[in-house]
Amino acid sequence: MTLTGIAEFIASFFGLPGSSSVWIVAVLAAAILLGFMLLTVLILIYVLRKLLGKIQARLGPTRTGPKGIFQTAADALKLLIKEDTIPVKADRRVFIVAPILVFVPAYLVYVVVPFGEGNHFIAKDLNIGLLYIVAVSSINVIGVVLAGWASENKYSLLGGMRSAAQLISYEVPQALAVLGPVMLAESLSMQDIVKAQGEGLFSWFIFRSLPLLGFIVFLVASMAEINHVPFDLPEGESELVAGFNVEYSGMRFAFFMLAEFAASFTICAIAATLFLGGWHSPIRGFLDNGWWTVFWFFLKSSALVCLLMWIRATYPRVRVDQLMEFGWKLMIPLALFNVLVVGLYVALGKGG
Amino acid sequence: MDYFLFSVAAIIAVVSAVLVIVQRNPMHSALYLIITLLCIAVLYLQLSAQFVAAVQVIVYAGAIMVLFLFVLMLLDQENPIDTPSTLRYQNPVAAVMGLLLLVELLFLSARAQPPAVLTSGAPGSSPGFPGSVESVAESMFTRYLFPFELTSVLLLIGMVGVIVLAKRKL
Repeated sequence: MTLTGIAEFIASFFGLPGSSSVWIVAVLAAAILLGFMLLTVLILIYVLRKLLGKIQARLGPTRTGPKGIFQTAADALKLLIKEDTIPVKADRRVFIVAPILVFVPAYLVYVVVPFGEGNHFIAKDLNIGLLYIVAVSSINVIGVVLAGWASENKYSLLGGMRSAAQLISYEVPQALAVLGPVMLAESLSMQDIVKAQGEGLFSWFIFRSLPLLGFIVFLVASMAEINHVPFDLPEGESELVAGFNVEYSGMRFAFFMLAEFAASFTICAIAATLFLGGWHSPIRGFLDNGWWTVFWFFLKSSALVCLLMWIRATYPRVRVDQLMEFGWKLMIPLALFNVLVVGLYVALGKGG
Repeated sequence: MDYFLFSVAAIIAVVSAVLVIVQRNPMHSALYLIITLLCIAVLYLQLSAQFVAAVQVIVYAGAIMVLFLFVLMLLDQENPIDTPSTLRYQNPVAAVMGLLLLVELLFLSARAQPPAVLTSGAPGSSPGFPGSVESVAESMFTRYLFPFELTSVLLLIGMVGVIVLAKRKL
């Protein structure tokens, strides 16, 4: 049963005009994506804590429920009922808007994530899909900066400023790395990019033209974009207490956490889509249709998620100057080189 | 439907544009400016100019406004600079220019035809629309190639200039 079918049923049940089913589909899709996002975050936090525990030779959560599986749910509940404080000197309006500005872009990106083959497993296959992702995710910087500023706190201000510099610097290599798959697929639509990688393992864009480089640049730059661990300077707790979100508590703090974990899933999903063949199976034509495509998609994204968690447990935080040098002197030249080589490859391939 | 969306986006854009200039707090002004820019992106979308809309969000809301906020954060909120402006002739000149612009806009909108995109109905994925990725790329790299390359030189000059000004000793 498709979403459109459900929407038409609801419309007829409540005696609404037939044209309203488009709206019902939109609302249903949005609700499903929101539910999916919350669920992934719940699972991700639990897996992260268990995995970090394993890597650091300890157990992780064990008390709440069998093997501690209810730990995140309990934590979320605790955050919900905690007191919501707003500092007296804080700029109230901006303080309230900031977490929403961080959360909404993280949620909006899910619209173009292709979970599987066809139109059922993607909310909307926009023809500027990738540009949309770049555009939407560039908004959340504003939220982080405003959160840091509105709190009237030295540490959060420093965190906000660091994050402004960091996110602007790493947006450049990220956007340049994305160009590789776009040139190879000759499309910005996420589904078209996946479809261009349907010939099995070696047609994936990670192995085409210049192997690995584009993928690595994209993954590293995206990690910096979402404040993932080697680049988590905006919230470096050893120097800034908790960075831009020091003054936040309760539900508003939960929004930041939600956005962060949701983003760490989306960048893995996008990396899998752009470079690892998306929902295609590694062997051409083998289990490559229907719900299997969803399976492949989640297998690839979860593998990447685990890779990120492994990195989180392994690397120490970089210094501010190292971060800037790494971004401008290494990542951007590498990304430009990648664009050049892929462009040549595509141009020569077309010329014959 | 299109009309409804256009009205909402346009009204929000105008209202927040006015709020940009009446706010006393520069940070709030910047925030309202972001809202205006986002609403203009919605208007571009309605004209089927998806590429322009996305670039509007990336460049203006995502990059330029963040630099604005970055600078504003360094200002001392409690002791704003109160010295009178040194550009005394600025206000009358601005008023005259603003009035001229308003007259021009009114003149143009009085005699303009609605763009073909709006009248031809379904906005969509057709690559021929002005403002779609294909048409922007095509005009940028064929007809306007020379100005396009010149712009990059201009930007480079700007960057070099900033570095020379900021670092007296290189």
